[in-house]
Amino acid sequence: MSDTVAGVWAALGTVMDPELDEPVTDCGFVESYTVSDDGVATVVLRLPTFFCAPNFAFLMVADAYDAVMEVDGVRHAVVTLQENQTAEAINKGVAAQSGFVKAFEGEATAELDELRTEFLSKAAIAGQDRVAQPLVDDGAGPDELAAMTLGQVPPSVDLDRLRDRRMKLGLPTGDDAPLLMHPDGSRVTTAQVPLHLRRARLRRVGIETNGHICREIMKTKSAAGAS
Amino acid sequence: MYEKDGEKYFVVDSHGHFWDASRENWREGREEFAKGWIDCFYGYHQLAPPETHWDYEKFLKPTPEDLERDIFTEGHVDVLIHQSTYLKEWYVNGFNTTEQNAATIEKFGDKIIVNGRFDPREGDAGLKQLEADAKKYNFKGIKVYTAEWNGDSRGWKLTDPACYDFLQAAQELGVKNIHAHKGPTIWPLNKDAFSADDVDHCATAHQGLNFIIHHSAIPRIADICYKAVQEPNVYAGLSVVVGALMHARPKFFAKVMGELLFWVGEDRMLFGGDYNIWTPKWQVEGLVDWQMPDDPAFSDYPRMTTASRKKILGLNAARLYDIPVPAECQLPEVAAEAAEQDPAKPGEQLVAGS
Repeated sequence: MSDTVAGVWAALGTVMDPELDEPVTDCGFVESYTVSDDGVATVVLRLPTFFCAPNFAFLMVADAYDAVMEVDGVRHAVVTLQENQTAEAINKGVAAQSGFVKAFEGEATAELDELRTEFLSKAAIAGQDRVAQPLVDDGAGPDELAAMTLGQVPPSVDLDRLRDRRMKLGLPTGDDAPLLMHPDGSRVTTAQVPLHLRRARLRRVGIETNGHICREIMKTKSAAGAS
Repeated sequence: MYEKDGEKYFVVDSHGHFWDASRENWREGREEFAKGWIDCFYGYHQLAPPETHWDYEKFLKPTPEDLERDIFTEGHVDVLIHQSTYLKEWYVNGFNTTEQNAATIEKFGDKIIVNGRFDPREGDAGLKQLEADAKKYNFKGIKVYTAEWNGDSRGWKLTDPACYDFLQAAQELGVKNIHAHKGPTIWPLNKDAFSADDVDHCATAHQGLNFIIHHSAIPRIADICYKAVQEPNVYAGLSVVVGALMHARPKFFAKVMGELLFWVGEDRMLFGGDYNIWTPKWQVEGLVDWQMPDDPAFSDYPRMTTASRKKILGLNAARLYDIPVPAECQLPEVAAEAAEQDPAKPGEQLVAGS
């Protein structure tokens, strides 16, 4: 595999399903990816038909386009969506860099940044459960958790993810930033810790359950030969 | 009725259909949508235990004999509530209309309840139709599908002013229960059609109605959980929760059940088998056998008791629909009184105490 092809895969690994909060590469959404000798990257994404709504699909295809264009050795990128009922409109919209509203003229009223922010915000809440749960298991109490900063948490993939989601939302990510934080960036008080953690876990269960159903559907779809 | 270890469970399946997705019913020029819809259902069907899988062709259109066997003979169901879903933009005669579903009443009588539907975008004609249908079929419940297509429109909201007119009319016609599909999305283009944000406003504004949120708003379970804590007339429907997760993803099934038991509470959870995406037999038997895992990761979720199983499988829905329950299947009175004092909803206490 050439460096460029490997670079394309790595770039696709940064593209998230916004609602599942997982990379499209882990979700099995990348049907194929190639790079021609003259630097044209061709990526085909496939999503669980119907399950994935057009606005999510658009976000993923557009993000994949942006990510792949950044790869060294890629001169031009063609990212298309396979087998989605609105694939044609999405493919044209992304190719023309025209935005979601333009691609679905007359059918959509809002651009997708707000949607992206909404899901990032949910991911930033769910991520606190991922990071805090092991601490709770080790006996950390509400006082300790309310006072804890990101710098005091042992390094982990989940911590990196949490920082990344917060950074995209413009929330504090430094070592002195509190681990537990409301969506508006304010600190969670000791008294609020039990409810906050329950809510964080609830968000996580919702996101992860959806991911499981989605992957299960993809699996049965593949087994049925994408009938 | 289902009997296990000396306990008798009265079973109300709150989410059934008697659909026609046969090729003859696919609207010309809209075949890809009609096929896409039922293919999506067939994908979900695969999440059931393999021995319950149907052949695709058979899945397109069950017969009355299938329904009798799967629901009543083998499925342990005492009363089935049909949720009418029209989708006439894709299916010539509709996917499962009130008329289609009502045809099963002739055969099964009181064992079937047919819920109506309305679409506020149909205006006065829709109101007249609702009135005629409600009188004819004696509706106690209405299914609303806010993401349904209608001409150029790709969906509507429960808070649309026209919807309030329909809800008021329905209430005057004797409807008590509004079933909203707020689950996995099919195709709404506007993000609003995904959101369950309209439920709490609507539920607050209509205290005389119960709002049953089907599929517990998967993947937005958190939304329904918060709403149920705030609004006493919001219920969680378990269709898809049991069907898609109990067999295929047991660990996540336990987590989702744990969250629902914690936030919504066992008094406001309704079993739904979602026939014929799934048959009820394995779901009823599985729920009766199911318990929260002993794993420490699940230790702060409520556990299931025989009483919680009886409520979820039938007693809660029987209460909403005034269905008579045989004495042998009811909870002992002491337990019922205790349930009234303790809302069995720890989430509410946590929110109140914060």
